[in-house]
Amino acid sequence: MASITLEGIKKTYAGGVQAVKGIDLAIEDGEFVVLVGPSGCGKSTLLRMVAGLETISEGTLKIGDRVVNKLEPAERDIAMVFQNYALYPHMTVYNNLAYGLKNRGFKKPAIEERVRKAAKMLEIEEYLQRKPRNLSGGQRQRVAMGRALVREPAAFLFDEPLSNLDAKLRVQMRVEIKQLQRRLKTTSLYVTHDQLEAMTLGDRLVVLNAGKIEQVGTPMEIFNRPASMFVAGFIGSPAMNMLPVEYLATRSADNLLDDLPAGTDIVGIRPDDMHLSAPSAPHLVVDSTLELFEAAGAESHLYVRLAGSEQPTVIRTGGGEPPVNEGETLRFYIARSALHPFNRESGQRTG
Amino acid sequence: MVENRPFLNILTHAVLILGVLVVAFPVYVAFIASTHEPGAFVRGVLPLTPGDNLWDTYSQMLGSGWQVAGAPPLWLMLSNSTIMALTIAIGKIAISILSAFAIVYFRFRFRLLAFWIIFITLMLPVEVRIIPTYAVVANLGMLNSYAGLTLPLIASATATFLFRQFFMTVPEELMEASRVDGAGPMKFFKDILLPVSITNIAALFVIMFIYGWVQYLWPLLVTTDEDFYTVVLGIKRLMASSDRVPAWNLIMATVMLAMVPPVMVVLLMQKLFVKGLTETEK
Repeated sequence: MASITLEGIKKTYAGGVQAVKGIDLAIEDGEFVVLVGPSGCGKSTLLRMVAGLETISEGTLKIGDRVVNKLEPAERDIAMVFQNYALYPHMTVYNNLAYGLKNRGFKKPAIEERVRKAAKMLEIEEYLQRKPRNLSGGQRQRVAMGRALVREPAAFLFDEPLSNLDAKLRVQMRVEIKQLQRRLKTTSLYVTHDQLEAMTLGDRLVVLNAGKIEQVGTPMEIFNRPASMFVAGFIGSPAMNMLPVEYLATRSADNLLDDLPAGTDIVGIRPDDMHLSAPSAPHLVVDSTLELFEAAGAESHLYVRLAGSEQPTVIRTGGGEPPVNEGETLRFYIARSALHPFNRESGQRTG
Repeated sequence: MVENRPFLNILTHAVLILGVLVVAFPVYVAFIASTHEPGAFVRGVLPLTPGDNLWDTYSQMLGSGWQVAGAPPLWLMLSNSTIMALTIAIGKIAISILSAFAIVYFRFRFRLLAFWIIFITLMLPVEVRIIPTYAVVANLGMLNSYAGLTLPLIASATATFLFRQFFMTVPEELMEASRVDGAGPMKFFKDILLPVSITNIAALFVIMFIYGWVQYLWPLLVTTDEDFYTVVLGIKRLMASSDRVPAWNLIMATVMLAMVPPVMVVLLMQKLFVKGLTETEK
């Protein structure tokens, strides 16, 4: 059990490419923090620096009260789950779990006890004598988790552990990881590019872009108040629509948009904040052409082109039949309170 | 391909059987020749059925050799060849797997240079550098010794190169996982990398064993003492008796026996091969 503190962490590769451009982050003891961002944003590099697999170019990394910048991965008291699991192919599941303990000089009975305990927790007891190649993807995933568990480390590091699983299994393992972490209360740092995974797993999210932190907060904070256009576009699916203020101003009868914070020239609207019936609160009215109707069961996605601007926009509604036929005009309403004001140039939220 | 054309089936099988006959017939003739008395083979008509001299021929070759031609007993030459081939194969694999390990897994200065230097020695097989190598071995007093027979042939760019290529396909995460699990470099090498490359080692062992077994030029140069003759040299000596009718039965018996160890190695290692091919990891 330990906290993890990152102070001004930077990673510069030979050749001057800066992958991580100064990260400050304090992860509390027992917290589940998810690093999320598009590929190439430096999230994996950051995780690997915490693990000790990449050197830290600048900054201080503390696990607990120890500065661990120069320590080998094994000395940092962390355990890591890899994307491709990295199970030792020639060892049985039992030996895969036991290897780290053996290297640490544990006695046989102690190893046996810990392996049994972890295997029981992950329900892989029946596979202990098998080789990894005789396991399914989900079972391998469990073994990889088990290898991290047996060590009872101060922190778990997960590097996109679910991305090799099929959709159904991914949801199931997501729930299990969450439950496991709740039960063990081990500090965890989890890297993913899947915003749904990030939202559902994390106590806190860290949204990264181009080697820098865009926003840190609880999933709902980030969803409800994205700090920048990048975060707004990245979190939430379908992505938030971005409409220029000038366009919307011409669409509202009253001066509803006059009180937007200074500097606002673009507003974001979530696809579910666009309604097909007028709300009672003050709202905007926009006409559009329905281009495509996508039924996804409990919800439907309407792909529309706005009248007078041709901008493609997505609306999310409850399931059911299309309100109008494709190609026909569709009128929708946006409550004033649902607008997220941004400045286009700085990309930041204005208020 | 699912095709049901009986004519094609017959044709392909005929070609296959023909191929097998072409390859196997000389071996068969050699075996037959080794079972007849000395003169049978030079009379003009090849006998195609085994003779009754098998026991005599083989026991003479294995036991006392053929002193007239200056060939030592066959068992001595066979054991010399075995020692030489084994030392070369094991030495080559040990050295090249370690150097490939260094080149792939360690970041040190001039790493690439080291690799290219090793790679360039591909262009310098023993035949090219035979005179200087002979001089070195002679000056070190290693003529007529197993060290002289094997050492100059051990350093191997091919094997290093193959291991390097293989190591680069081993997922890096295995190394990282073992680092997190507290294994140092040599422990990783011993516990993870060696077991993972066992099928490659087996393949190279077969190739290198046969390479060592068929060496002719180098043993010819460095051995003058009969105690260090290899079996390939022995065959040559038996044939070289120009003023006599070659004793084909004895020569062929030597040839047959010389084939046994390489065939054994291939057969034994083939099991590992097939295992490695059918049960691929990852």
